[in-house]
Amino acid sequence: MAQIQIKNIRKDFGDFNAVKESSFTIEDGEFFMLLGPSGCGKTTTLRMIAGLELPTSGEIYLDGEEISQLPPSQRDIAFVFQMFALYPHLNVGKNLSYPLVSQGMPRAQVKAKVDEVANILGIQDILKRPVGGLSGGDRQRVALGRAIVRDPKAFMMDEPLGALDAEFREHMSEELRALHDRMNATTVYVTHDQLEAMQMGDKIVVMNNAVVEQFGTPQQIYDKPATMFVADFIGSPSMNFLHFDGAVSEGADAVELHGQSLGIPKQMQGASGKMVYGVRPEHITLSDSGGYRGEVLASEYLGTTQIITLDTPNGEVKARIDSAQVATVGEKVGLNFDARTVTLFDETSGQALRSELNNEVLAHG
Amino acid sequence: MSSFSVTEPSTRSKWFAGTMVIIYALVTMVPLAWIMLTGFKSPSDAISYPPKVVFEPTLEGYVNLFTTRTRQTPEYLEANPPQTWYDEIVREYDMVIAGPSKFGERFLNSVIIGFGSTFLSIFLGTLAAYAFSRFKIPFADDLLFFILSTRMMPPIAVAIPIFLMYRQLGLSDTHLGMILLYTGVNISLAVWLLKGFIDEIPLEYEEAALIDGYTRFQAFYKVVLPQAATGIASTAIFCLIFAWNEYAFAVLLTSGTAQTAPPFIPTIIGVGGLDWPAVAAGATIFLLPVMIFTILLRKHLLRGITFGAVRK
Repeated sequence: MAQIQIKNIRKDFGDFNAVKESSFTIEDGEFFMLLGPSGCGKTTTLRMIAGLELPTSGEIYLDGEEISQLPPSQRDIAFVFQMFALYPHLNVGKNLSYPLVSQGMPRAQVKAKVDEVANILGIQDILKRPVGGLSGGDRQRVALGRAIVRDPKAFMMDEPLGALDAEFREHMSEELRALHDRMNATTVYVTHDQLEAMQMGDKIVVMNNAVVEQFGTPQQIYDKPATMFVADFIGSPSMNFLHFDGAVSEGADAVELHGQSLGIPKQMQGASGKMVYGVRPEHITLSDSGGYRGEVLASEYLGTTQIITLDTPNGEVKARIDSAQVATVGEKVGLNFDARTVTLFDETSGQALRSELNNEVLAHG
Repeated sequence: MSSFSVTEPSTRSKWFAGTMVIIYALVTMVPLAWIMLTGFKSPSDAISYPPKVVFEPTLEGYVNLFTTRTRQTPEYLEANPPQTWYDEIVREYDMVIAGPSKFGERFLNSVIIGFGSTFLSIFLGTLAAYAFSRFKIPFADDLLFFILSTRMMPPIAVAIPIFLMYRQLGLSDTHLGMILLYTGVNISLAVWLLKGFIDEIPLEYEEAALIDGYTRFQAFYKVVLPQAATGIASTAIFCLIFAWNEYAFAVLLTSGTAQTAPPFIPTIIGVGGLDWPAVAAGATIFLLPVMIFTILLRKHLLRGITFGAVRK
């Protein structure tokens, strides 16, 4: 098992820049998520680690060894494809043994290894079957089996659950996480699904437009977003952005919006001009009192909670409140924001302003 | 099932379709059947009018096809009674068998040249198609058009230059010359057809093989080739049929050593009057290899190999 270090990696396809100089480190045994919208460069990054693309510049270290220009066969990294890519002319058992045969492993040993993996994944019964007739879940297991059978240094997974039904995804993601915990193998997992990333990942890299936006644990990314993109991409509904013109100085703990003073974490960076007051829906409470007021536009009932959409002087805001609380459409209510959780952004650059809340995260991200 | 179904054709339309297929089969197969029958007729039955459908079968045509015969004096015939069944057949015409005809050799030439050029076309075509399909080749589209442009006029239009070239290069009437010629004609078809088939094979299979520790070449022949089998088989059939049946160049460029069966068969007519049964026998035997080859590869033609191991 291994640590993977990415240093200033860049990939151009002709004039198109797929990945801009990016750096991050994947620790040994981590379940590492590459998250972002489609076309953001996450899959290209994954393919560069596996050796299916060669970076235009930059280095990749696998356990301290520079591997960025090696062919995939010399990297000892396994890859699970989104569409599984099982060899259609071979049966399940042969698919599993393929990576071992290439290493020239003796036949008896190959068989033992295949049986062991088939046991782990619960696919002993289908070893003789052709891969064509398998269900989505079994194909997924065979694809995983082919990856784990040779004990590689690391696993790359390109949206492995993307091709499965919603119902089965849930089940498979648990299975995958359990498998990872059992093998403790460094895993890099590409997804565009933020829930999946939060659920499964030890660490997440959020990418957008070929750039790494933020790198950290799911909690850091959710609570302390480094950019407006991350704040918007993660969470459902996403973070509320209250746009305002104003100024904030270093050490301030409140900003003025529409004549009301709203609390913020103690700022460690001053700014002025167009700014955004970012607050998560669950950090808003509604009450009759409160100086900052908005009108209820709609409510969505979600069981234990409900999402209330409000019209405020600084734009539409969604609040997640207890479903027992009554909110009537058309009513004007007061909004209270949990000041400790608020992030201020510079709207022009999209970057978060440093405060006591996020200083530590932003310092190394 | 109810009597009305949207997807299931009605009994009447099934009957209609069946009848049409049978009529079509008859139209295409009657000439073939007629040739095969003629091969077993005696020369007089073959040219009788009205044509005979029922006749006494004889192997005369086949014997005449494979042998050369000479007329002998009655004394000689009396002194040497016939030894074999085919001796007896030619005795009816007061002849004896002088030796084998050239048909065997010509047929073998056809086999060597036909299959040789098919193999070469497929071999080169697969490699070129793979390269065009998978790698970024500068001016790939122009090159592909260029390759196809060799099909844009009938090959025979360049017969004279080829004839002169072959004479200069010493390729006239050689196996190598004919193999190269037919390969040259077939390769553009092979590249285009095979490129289409290889384009359909998802890149992920090769990537999976690369990840699994194989080199690019191993990935090509262990993963891509088995999946391109359908395309290779059908392309091979097209190439073989062309090379096997080609007549014009064979007449022009071969006369002895490398002469193929098509230019040879008509020459049988001149040997001893209009020997239609021998010609028909030659045509029948000539048909067989392509038929067998096609039947052998039929399962590849009918079966798609990539049956959904990749979800689309």
